[in-house]
Amino acid sequence: MFKLEKSDLSLLIIVAVLTLFAPFILNPFPADSAMSQFNAGYPDLMQRFVIFGIFAVGFNILFGLTGYLSFGHAAFLGVGSYAAIWMMKLLTMNVIPAIVASVVVAGLISFLVGWISLRRSGIYFSILTLAFAMMMYQLAYSDLFGQLFGGILTGGETGLQPKVADPRILDAPLDPGANPKAHLFGLEMGSSFKLDIAGWQFTFNAGYYIAAFAMLCAFYLSIRIFRSPFGMMLRAVKSNQQRMNYTGLNSKPYTLAAFVISGMYAGLAGGLLVAMDTQVGAERMFWTASGEVVIMTILGGVGSLIGPVLGAGVLKYMENILSKINKGVLETWFSFMPDGMSDFFIAITNLFVGKQWHITTGVIFMLVVIYLPGGLVEGGRRLGNRFQRSGKERQNHTKPAE
Amino acid sequence: MDAIILQVLNGLDKGSAYALIALGLTLIFGTLGVVNFAHGALFMIGAFCAVTLSRILTLSHTVIDETRKDFLGNPLKVDVPYVHDLFGVETGDAIIDWAVPLSLLFAIPIMIAVGVIMERGLIKHFYKRPHADQILVTFGLAIVLQEVIKYFYGANPIPTPAPAAFKGSFDFGAAIGFDPNVIIYPYWRIIYFGFAAVIIGGVFSFLQFTTFGMVVRAGMADRETVGLLGINIDRRFTIMFGVAAAVAGLAGVMYTPINSPNYHMGMDFLVLSFVVVVVGGMGSLPGAVLAGFLLGILESFASMREVIAIIPGINQVIIYLIAIIILLTRPRGLMGRKGVMED
Repeated sequence: MFKLEKSDLSLLIIVAVLTLFAPFILNPFPADSAMSQFNAGYPDLMQRFVIFGIFAVGFNILFGLTGYLSFGHAAFLGVGSYAAIWMMKLLTMNVIPAIVASVVVAGLISFLVGWISLRRSGIYFSILTLAFAMMMYQLAYSDLFGQLFGGILTGGETGLQPKVADPRILDAPLDPGANPKAHLFGLEMGSSFKLDIAGWQFTFNAGYYIAAFAMLCAFYLSIRIFRSPFGMMLRAVKSNQQRMNYTGLNSKPYTLAAFVISGMYAGLAGGLLVAMDTQVGAERMFWTASGEVVIMTILGGVGSLIGPVLGAGVLKYMENILSKINKGVLETWFSFMPDGMSDFFIAITNLFVGKQWHITTGVIFMLVVIYLPGGLVEGGRRLGNRFQRSGKERQNHTKPAE
Repeated sequence: MDAIILQVLNGLDKGSAYALIALGLTLIFGTLGVVNFAHGALFMIGAFCAVTLSRILTLSHTVIDETRKDFLGNPLKVDVPYVHDLFGVETGDAIIDWAVPLSLLFAIPIMIAVGVIMERGLIKHFYKRPHADQILVTFGLAIVLQEVIKYFYGANPIPTPAPAAFKGSFDFGAAIGFDPNVIIYPYWRIIYFGFAAVIIGGVFSFLQFTTFGMVVRAGMADRETVGLLGINIDRRFTIMFGVAAAVAGLAGVMYTPINSPNYHMGMDFLVLSFVVVVVGGMGSLPGAVLAGFLLGILESFASMREVIAIIPGINQVIIYLIAIIILLTRPRGLMGRKGVMED
């Protein structure tokens, strides 16, 4: 089915089932229990899981397959977001044109950037992409093109939102007091269906499922790329580009194609971000945002299929859940200890939660880079191997005893 | 003419900061072959050394002053810094006033220690790993360091003034024969430039004229052969990492009166200093210094009102534009050598 091998197909099906039932799976604790703050099954966070999953899957096509480390992918996400919001301002609040435009525009810009940056490799490539991304960030942050032509392109510091007065040529004009909402042929992104079962509350959000569908398509495409001759060529670039060049093969079109594809994935993620939350600001283009997608990809497992999705999920979960744990919560956790001891533990843990959650991600990221270059996926594989081997060894031990 | 001189001067202090950070970065590239994304964090730690020292110096205890009354008629409570008890009031005040220059002494051992610990504890394990891994692990370290500083010092910029003697500005124009009040330049920026020149000169003469420096240069050229000659080159490179960290840290200490330090100043400077290094040519120390000053001055020229009137906003993108053009036309940068970081 879908022209996939059996193992890939089962992976795709597992991912599809997980995303389909995510509102259940991510909500393991009843709504009014003390553990409910660890629930991740609310629409906003689930949308982020899948959208940043798309972003990381796309980044993995470039970094995982070709080994070119780009530090500027957030710029493409930002460009996609701006394209989407302009579609919503000018054409219609329907998300389809917005998403198509975000992918196309991000593809064009990434073609331009990639065409120039890919003339160099290694650290130079990283710094070129960094320079391009910072340039685009500055252009967006101060809205230079807007100033140049006497209008608004990126809205500068305030960013852009769809307004009632915008000339949406395909839509019927809105009432003056109305709030323009993103929709898919009338189905609003924010609308959700709530299901209450004995203390649990599950939310099924339209926007989440649309984003999840996009993520599954993106994931399927990435599997196909990984298994295709094109993907093979990209891996060859990673392992020895020089040798490839000596055999008379020009690797540039392949790396450029990978760059543009990953830029389009980033654009898709940016467009979806706007579809879910109709506003955009320049800060999502800053270079540390590019660093974030690098962290996601590495954390999950660079070069593996499922790794980036996993990494994006883990990082966004930590961002939202760890940052919610404050000192008060810690005090209730450690209240069973004697006073001095609990103060000590609270002080230690407090360094890693709440506003300081970045420390935790930084430390985990460093540990992964140092000890687990293959990320969580490799960690899981190693654990699996260890269990299998210890099982085998036990069998070996029993044999001589016969 | 006076406008040009003013812009050159304005560019010098920013250029000095770029040059100092890029110098440290290049020292680490050249010796250890490591791409250090945590170098901006070292700059920031240096700046916070100054903050810490000025906080330590102003530590005070409360004394009841019987001679003065507050508005309720009770004896007035006065905060007296401990340095007043130790050195007397006048010397104590002078010490507090000179906190930033004193922090230089305070920062040197701390920064060398931070650098050596970083190298021995973390970076040592990454010599044989690809550059991408080095970038990633030092990027992680930079995040951690930045957030730890944010945890202890808060997210707001902390003003750290220069000594009173250096406040105010120097009428540079009048001194060289232009109209007064045309070219005005703050004293501290002159000092910053002079300081940068001293440090850069110091590092170069250390490498050029001492035996230690000679061995380090030999190791930069061919590490293996130097090792085969029975010289413990790793230990010397570790020390050079400490020196590079100290250079970045001192640049940070002296920068505090120009810009109040905040926790993300390291990340802000990091990208620019990488651009500087690449423009100068990776692995070339004179290239890093030259490109630092060049880009600083270009940036200040681009922010002239006349230039902005022609191309608005050019001041914010000029550095990146120049970097992209240089990387594409002169792939090795201005003064880069062949074969450095080209795999």
